[in-house]
Amino acid sequence: MEQTMFYVFAAVALGSSLAMVMQRNPVTAAMNLVLTMFSLAALFVLLQAHFLAVIQLLVYAGAVMVLFLFVIMFLNLTDDQMMPGRRSILHVAGVALAIYALLQLRELIERTPASAPKPLAADFGTTAAIGKLLFSDYLLPFEITSVLILAAIVGAVVLAKRRID
Amino acid sequence: MVPINHNLMLSAVLFLIGVAGVLTRRNAIIVLMCVELMLNAVNLSFLAFARALGDMGGHVFVFVVIAVAAAEAAVGLAILLAVFRNKETVNIDELNLMRW
Repeated sequence: MEQTMFYVFAAVALGSSLAMVMQRNPVTAAMNLVLTMFSLAALFVLLQAHFLAVIQLLVYAGAVMVLFLFVIMFLNLTDDQMMPGRRSILHVAGVALAIYALLQLRELIERTPASAPKPLAADFGTTAAIGKLLFSDYLLPFEITSVLILAAIVGAVVLAKRRID
Repeated sequence: MVPINHNLMLSAVLFLIGVAGVLTRRNAIIVLMCVELMLNAVNLSFLAFARALGDMGGHVFVFVVIAVAAAEAAVGLAILLAVFRNKETVNIDELNLMRW
């Protein structure tokens, strides 16, 4: 059952991400990315990461993608701006590089020993367990993240606001 | 349980789809979306290793990565808005202000 679920959601993630990269219309691309996020959240659940699956849905499929869609619609790109149909050598080079890197990575991954999975703690992946880790062992990264988000808020406001002349 | 190799392979393929998108697409918004896809692919790797090793450190990493990605999207899109206001385009071929 778990295997079947994995392959179904992996296929959905692969298909929708490919569709996103090939899609000419930015709104359709964004919708495909939302679908990718959803199937990745399902894969997170299969990996016993329940809290992060919910965060993935709330933050990515919710907040970030709404921001993307808002900007796409705000810019209101005309058709010729949306699809500059220039097929350059960069297209071929980019795809070739990705395929070559994939082949290299595959050899590396095949060498990863498929050891028997370690027994999991009863609270593995729960909010309580992550909270305990965040406020003990990983307190400094947590605080740095909050400073980063503050900087991002200030930066976004300053960048996006119109000059008052 | 799904073997860790399959998760890692899926993660690698998703990451490289993102790389190919960043290298080939000319619309800056879609380039940003491809970067988000790459970050997500890496998250999948982290969680696969966390599951295989029974260690929740990977979950904290993913938590931080999601926070950074949200901040990156906010600032990146704000920059795009500012650029669009000045140049009336988001095609990265026409944005050569900082070219050497």
